[in-house]
Amino acid sequence: MTFVRPNFRHPENHTNQRGYSIKNYEGALSTLCAGCGHDSISASIIKSCFDLNLEPHKIAKISGIGCSSKTPTYFLGKAHGFNSVHGRMPSVTTGANLANRDLLYIGVSGDGDTASIGMGQFAHVVRRNLNMVYIVMNNGCYGLTKGQDSATADKGSASKKGVPSVFDSIDLCQLALQLGAGYVARSFSGDKKQLTPLIKAAIKHQGFAFIDVVSPCVTFNNTPTSTKGYEWVRDHLEATGTVDFIPSKSEITVDYPEGTTRKLALHDGSELLLHKNAHDYDLSSLKAAMDRIESTKELDKILTGLIYHNQSVQDTHELIQTVEQPLNELSQQQLCPGSKVLEKLNASLR
Amino acid sequence: MKPTDTTKPEYFHKVVDCQYACPAHTPVPEYIRLIAAGRYDDAYMINWQSNVFPGVLGRTCDRPCEPACRRGRIEEEPVAICRLKRVAADNKSDITHRLPAIPKEKNGKRVALIGGGPASLTVARDLMPLGYSIDLYDDQNKGGGFMRSQIPSFRLPEAVLDEEVNYILDMGVVTHFNQEVTSMAAVLSKQYDAVFVGTGAPRGRDLPDLPGRNSGDANIHIGIDWLASVAFEHIDKIGKKVLVLGGGNTAMDCCRTAIRLGGEDVRVVVRSPKSDMKASPWEIEDAEHEDIPMYENHNPKAFVTENGRLVGMVFERVEPVFDEQGKRSLVPTGEEVMMPCDDVLMAIGQLNSFPWIERNLGIEFNDWDMPEVDKTTFQTSLPHVFIGGDAAWGPENVITAVAHGHQAAISIHHYCHGKSTTDRPAPEVNLTSQKMGFHDWLYDAHISDDQRHVVALIDKQKAVGDRKLEVEKGFDLSQGYEEAMRCLNCDVQTVFETDRCIECDACEDICPVDCINFTDNAPEDLLREQLKVKATNKDQDLYVSDELKTKRVMVKDENVCLHCGLCAERCPTGAWDMQKFLLHEATAGK
Repeated sequence: MTFVRPNFRHPENHTNQRGYSIKNYEGALSTLCAGCGHDSISASIIKSCFDLNLEPHKIAKISGIGCSSKTPTYFLGKAHGFNSVHGRMPSVTTGANLANRDLLYIGVSGDGDTASIGMGQFAHVVRRNLNMVYIVMNNGCYGLTKGQDSATADKGSASKKGVPSVFDSIDLCQLALQLGAGYVARSFSGDKKQLTPLIKAAIKHQGFAFIDVVSPCVTFNNTPTSTKGYEWVRDHLEATGTVDFIPSKSEITVDYPEGTTRKLALHDGSELLLHKNAHDYDLSSLKAAMDRIESTKELDKILTGLIYHNQSVQDTHELIQTVEQPLNELSQQQLCPGSKVLEKLNASLR
Repeated sequence: MKPTDTTKPEYFHKVVDCQYACPAHTPVPEYIRLIAAGRYDDAYMINWQSNVFPGVLGRTCDRPCEPACRRGRIEEEPVAICRLKRVAADNKSDITHRLPAIPKEKNGKRVALIGGGPASLTVARDLMPLGYSIDLYDDQNKGGGFMRSQIPSFRLPEAVLDEEVNYILDMGVVTHFNQEVTSMAAVLSKQYDAVFVGTGAPRGRDLPDLPGRNSGDANIHIGIDWLASVAFEHIDKIGKKVLVLGGGNTAMDCCRTAIRLGGEDVRVVVRSPKSDMKASPWEIEDAEHEDIPMYENHNPKAFVTENGRLVGMVFERVEPVFDEQGKRSLVPTGEEVMMPCDDVLMAIGQLNSFPWIERNLGIEFNDWDMPEVDKTTFQTSLPHVFIGGDAAWGPENVITAVAHGHQAAISIHHYCHGKSTTDRPAPEVNLTSQKMGFHDWLYDAHISDDQRHVVALIDKQKAVGDRKLEVEKGFDLSQGYEEAMRCLNCDVQTVFETDRCIECDACEDICPVDCINFTDNAPEDLLREQLKVKATNKDQDLYVSDELKTKRVMVKDENVCLHCGLCAERCPTGAWDMQKFLLHEATAGK
């Protein structure tokens, strides 16, 4: 027997403001292992785009190689997509973004695709502050090649094979912070309440938005000895505060006691409402964010939630001063004005 | 909410909406799957065991199952359950060898059945295999009761009825046809161990006080009596202009019979708005298909006669007015309408009637002069007298009569063997995992997206020319298959085991209808509000798990679950399993 999803949806699950049903945001049925955390992240992306009333055809999803990079097939089936070369998602996204700055770019990568083979690409795309959402589906292993430890596997963590990792792990959030990302968050595939608003805010963030999502590999890395299994992660979560995404022009209907929440303005007028908790710190302070990641780690915990937010950083287009209009909409004449203009330009540089 | 107790059959039974709604609790999805598999004999026998008259019901059932069908909540139309039953009946081979054996050695208990309709026949069907000796009394010349006298042959061919009635009579029931029982005392004097009354609701309502009723009598007929006379071929024609009073199924049968017996201008006239007519929507549709007009909001005022002959009727136009409580009253508009006619058929209700039960026998009668009958045991205050079918509490339908018959047979069996009649046997229940392997289930979860298939009819001109010609052609085999594939397999239950769940959310993510939730527990009303899609249909239960490791619970709204099995398919630990729930109602001796 084959494996198909029925075409019926809940009759009371209505369309969003654009008139699209949730079905317009779904993709093909997942072929990942049953219980894979990545499927939950896909579901969160679907939900976020549905709630934000995005038009699927104005989104491009770009990925590299790996289990994580297969997922764009399973969400936003009506969006543009490019399943690229291993570790090269950032280059392809950069190219696409330069050609058409009007699309929303969702880059999906894994711990191998980002922290190993694609590390150089990752570093530079952060540094250039490309306007995109960069999601790492981080399971600490190479699931597609039978679960070898990846560069994000914590030292001492043992997967199904039972051999503890001897190397220190790479913390992608810390790396992103160091390289100047304006939006850095970490979440857990099993916590959609946190993940979905984080994705929404990342979409609305102008510039590079990075989310490292711990996403258990049920097949190879969901053992009690692994720091990336469902149980361990759940037991060791430490949130920076709970977040609510408030779309622009909508009223905040819930009252929170004074001093317990903080609003973070996003580029298009929407806001991120942050409920502080006991471990509150200044989210716009790079130093505080770095400190908090480290101090949480010392407590053997994983810091999740929005870790750092700075809207003022200029994105690639602003930095290199490209034209407002997407390049793919410019005419041949505008893009290639001819030898006379070239001569003039050359002359001006002599 | 407390965790759902699935150890009691009630919970999963309720999920199988069609079976739960059926008075006889026929395992509908089970036989629909057998039809899809081309196993018509097996599908027929499941029906036969449960509802006794699959061929009859596949044509005439009131179908309480269909409005309940989950498919009707997911798209517009339910599965055509009733007509699928007919597919099984029409395409089966000879099943006589599968009927229960009748012991040669009798158990020495004698039972009298009064009335030969579905209730009595069901009692016979259940008791004969247990060795009872049964006498059946009926004033008609054949068995079947109202199924024979009131359902016209163009809806139910006589051969179909004969076949299913005879399966039972051939078990060795001693029939006393053409014999009207006029005294219960006389029956009781024959020393039966038990007597079952299944005499239906044989008296049609009249309008005795309407002016002109007496002088027009020759052309004013009680609908059910007139239908019976047609069925037994005492009547074969009617006037050209016919008025049928009433908006129930009998009215629909009357008007359609009238145009077959020479009626040219046949009208149905109802007091209420058309939307409130009691007839099943499909029966109204069938009458309208034969170009019979319905006049709504017409209250009969008088029969008009000329020279002692009926020439028409006067009606007063009314309009429905609703008060603050939403209660409807029909208020006269003052306008009067005269409709000329040659004959009037009154189909405005039926009553039970027990002039033949003496009131001094120990059978208690209530304030409405109806016998007191226990709702569970069907026993009267005279312990060895039982009443079921329409005779018990007024007109219902064939399938309800069958359900009564099964229950009464249980009571009679208990009574005859000195067991308490209130001691009811539990249903036979089976819950079987459908898991075969990777992506492989014992049931076919690939439901069809087709809309409900329409049953083809024979040519209209041909149909109205012959009273005995069956109008519906029934589904052919491929249509039957296609319709069967619309069934959602609601009997294949989603069974959740809390201990195995690792809360990976895979089921929640994959569920196409968003019915699975992992959430904090709360009282039911609150919980219904906080689900991903609010659970607004309170007739449908919430399936709540034990507390999970994260202190949350799994809550599944059963309302529109497609039973597609994707939750179980995507579950890495087997916390979800698809298990077929098969419930057979208990019958006497089992």
